[in-house]
Amino acid sequence: MKRRITLILPVAALIFFAGYAALFIAPDEKTMHAIQRIFYFHVPSAISAFIAFFIVFIANTAYLVSRQLKWDWLGVAGAEVGVACCTVVLITGPIWARPVWGIWWTWDARLTSTFILWLLYISYLLLRALLEDSQRRATLSAIFGIFAFLDVPLVYLSNRLWRTQHPQPVILGGENSGLAPGMGKVLLICWIAVVYVMIVLLIDRYCLERLRHEYEELRFEVESRTAAAESVKGAR
Amino acid sequence: MKNFESLFAAWMVVWAVFFLYEVTVARRIANLREDIERLKQQLRES
Repeated sequence: MKRRITLILPVAALIFFAGYAALFIAPDEKTMHAIQRIFYFHVPSAISAFIAFFIVFIANTAYLVSRQLKWDWLGVAGAEVGVACCTVVLITGPIWARPVWGIWWTWDARLTSTFILWLLYISYLLLRALLEDSQRRATLSAIFGIFAFLDVPLVYLSNRLWRTQHPQPVILGGENSGLAPGMGKVLLICWIAVVYVMIVLLIDRYCLERLRHEYEELRFEVESRTAAAESVKGAR
Repeated sequence: MKNFESLFAAWMVVWAVFFLYEVTVARRIANLREDIERLKQQLRES
C-alpha cells in the first residue's frame, strides 16, 4: 500500500501540474486558440503508445530468442498499455478535429494507419485470449506482435510521405517546422506526465501477468494432487 | 475561452481512460491475489 502511494502521489501531482500548464501556461495559438491545447495530451499519448509498442516488439523478439515467459508478460503488458494510449489518441484527435476541420474523422493516411495500429494490438490481445497453452500463446502472439510493429514506422512517416488532412509534423519535421519555446516546455511537461502514467500502468500490468502465471501453476498443482488422491482412493 | 468545453472534455477523456484502466488492472490483481491465497490454503490442507 505504501509502495502504491509513493508511486501514485507523484503521478497525481504531475497530472495536475501538466493540466495546469497545458490550459493556462502554454501560449495561445494564433489561429486555433484554446482547442489547440489538446495537442499537449494528444501528442504525448501518441509518443507513449509508440514507446509501449516498441517495448512489445523488444519483448516479443526477446521471447522468441530466449523462450523465457517474463518477456511474454512484458509483451502483453506493453500491448495493453499501448492500446490505452492509442485509445486516448483516437478520442482526443476527433475532439480537436470537429471545431478545426468541421468533421470528426477522415480516412487520410495518418488517421487510417493509427486506427489500423489500434486494431492490430486489439487483435494481439484477442489472439492471446483464444489460446490456452501458455508456450503456444506466447510464441504465436510474439510472432504477431513483431508483425504488428511494422505499422508503427508507417504511422510515423504517414504525414511525411503523403499529403494528409492531419497537420504536418511540428517535431522532427524538417525546415519550417517547430514549436514556440513556451509550447515546447509545456509539451515536455505533459509528455513526462503521460510517460510516468504509462510506466506505472506497465509495472502494474506486468505484476498482473506474473500473478496470473503463479495462479496457473498453483491450480495445476492442486489439480494434480486432487487427481493423485482420487486415484489412490480408487486403488483401495 | 472559445471551445473550452471541447478542450475540457478531451482533458477529462485522457485521464478517465488511464484511471479506468488502472482501476481494472488493480481489481484484477486483487482478485488474483485472493485466488492464489485460496489455492495455497488448499495445498496446505491437502
